[in-house]
Amino acid sequence: MILKLDYFYLVLGAMLLMIAVMALRDPHNPKRYSSALFWALYAVVYLAGDWLSPVAAGALMVVMALIAGFGGVTLGRYGERSPEQRRDSAQRLGHKLLIPALIIPVTTMIGSTLLKDVTFDGLFLLDPKNTTLVSLGCGSLFAVATACWLTRATPLQAMRESRRLVDHLGWAVVLPHMLAVLGLLFTEAGMGKAVAHVVTSYINMDVKLVAVAVYCIGMALFTVIMGNGFAAFPVIAGGVGIPVLVGVYHANPAVMAAIGMFSAYCGTLMTPMAANFNIVPAALLELPDKNAVVKIQVATALPILLVNIALLYFLLDM
Amino acid sequence: MNHTVNLWPLLGVAVIVLGFALRAHPVLVVIAACAVTGFAASMDVVHLLGVLGAAFVKTRNLPLILLLPLAAIGLLERYGLKEHAQASIARIKSATTGRLLIVYLAIREISAAFGLTSIGGHPNMVRPLIAPMAEGAAENRYPALTDALRHRIRAMSAATDNVGLFFGEDVFVAFGAIVLMQTILRGEGIEVDPLHMALWGIPTAVTAFIIHSWRLHRLDAHIAHAMMKGGQA
Repeated sequence: MILKLDYFYLVLGAMLLMIAVMALRDPHNPKRYSSALFWALYAVVYLAGDWLSPVAAGALMVVMALIAGFGGVTLGRYGERSPEQRRDSAQRLGHKLLIPALIIPVTTMIGSTLLKDVTFDGLFLLDPKNTTLVSLGCGSLFAVATACWLTRATPLQAMRESRRLVDHLGWAVVLPHMLAVLGLLFTEAGMGKAVAHVVTSYINMDVKLVAVAVYCIGMALFTVIMGNGFAAFPVIAGGVGIPVLVGVYHANPAVMAAIGMFSAYCGTLMTPMAANFNIVPAALLELPDKNAVVKIQVATALPILLVNIALLYFLLDM
Repeated sequence: MNHTVNLWPLLGVAVIVLGFALRAHPVLVVIAACAVTGFAASMDVVHLLGVLGAAFVKTRNLPLILLLPLAAIGLLERYGLKEHAQASIARIKSATTGRLLIVYLAIREISAAFGLTSIGGHPNMVRPLIAPMAEGAAENRYPALTDALRHRIRAMSAATDNVGLFFGEDVFVAFGAIVLMQTILRGEGIEVDPLHMALWGIPTAVTAFIIHSWRLHRLDAHIAHAMMKGGQA
């Protein structure tokens, strides 16, 4: 393949390293040494991830978590422009400002649909296993180039701006990554078997409605714990869906699977463990309460979960 | 009864629940849960660090979606992207926060159902465009919008992106979740047509749209009510 995902690891690694250097040289950051160390360590994961021994990478992750957990990652000063300056340039540039912002989704879309099978000399243009990510990476680079050209800003200014955003996200940047690690560890430690065992041994599923409710709520609850519906589905479908719903109540497997996965998504809406969807946006939108997005989603997720139970109950043997 | 199942790893879950309940730092909670789960599964320190490190490197593709677009978005913000989004919505007199987000929910859910999940997203759509527009629409009517309402509107913008994405994408036949379900059911000896799974997702997808739209509609009423009570028109 011509464009590999590895290239974008190097791009991100270089970006994180620049952020570390800028943090080190920012006297307005009260903890500039530990902040710089944090971002430098994260850069190592991207620049040298393939050469690190697993134990070293694990130790690196623990050190990063300790720095972030004890408040070692702080904000600096970013030379932001005043609201008046921003309003002036917004008026001057107008809708042109939207072009770079839309380049990212449009490039991702074109790359992951039209260009995914394109080959040159027998080589895939885009890494076939990671077409979406590679397209997104290309789109981001095109967008930076276009934005620099439109605003006459330098690429260095673009780096300073990404540092401003990354610093405001702070530890929220690495939380989804570390939660994904915890998810894999849960799987390795046999969490799925333990949960399925508890659910099936202590709940009587002789009543169809109870069985359906256990299945849907189990999906949601296990997703709340794991932060990921894809981790919950095999466990609950294997523990309750297939043996009880299909085996005893002759459910249509397609209905069972479809509504089961959607019940898992109700769980995703309700858990801080799905940090990518819930904690990161709260940080991105500069909300004082990091759980604000989860809290507001509960009132959407619970009614949908109830409807799922009803739908599955009535559509079970369609 | 099967006695070979090791229930100790469930302690890891207890650490998570306890940690979040005590409002401990989330990153520390995760590391503590890693340690407890690993030791409960009788791994020693070196083995555990190895498992964590291998997983850390393996999942490093995850933050790319968040971090790569930030340089462009940050630069555009410096040159007034948010201000432009707010000024644009101010020109549409009938726009309210709720109506705007309902339109976004529809676009997000329908495009995801056709497999176009990259339209939207928190770093490249919600932060620079959708949230400022939703806030701007409320500000047009109530110039003295309170911070509490601003935060509520932003959180709702993020929630709308999530709801649209989750309940749209599963209706798309070639989406990863459908492939995953098919693989798992096949492993259990059950053959299912992916098209059927996608179709049986539609009732929930429609329900999700109705429920969340209703909440967005209520948000307008909530904003109006809160601003009246505060004494500002």
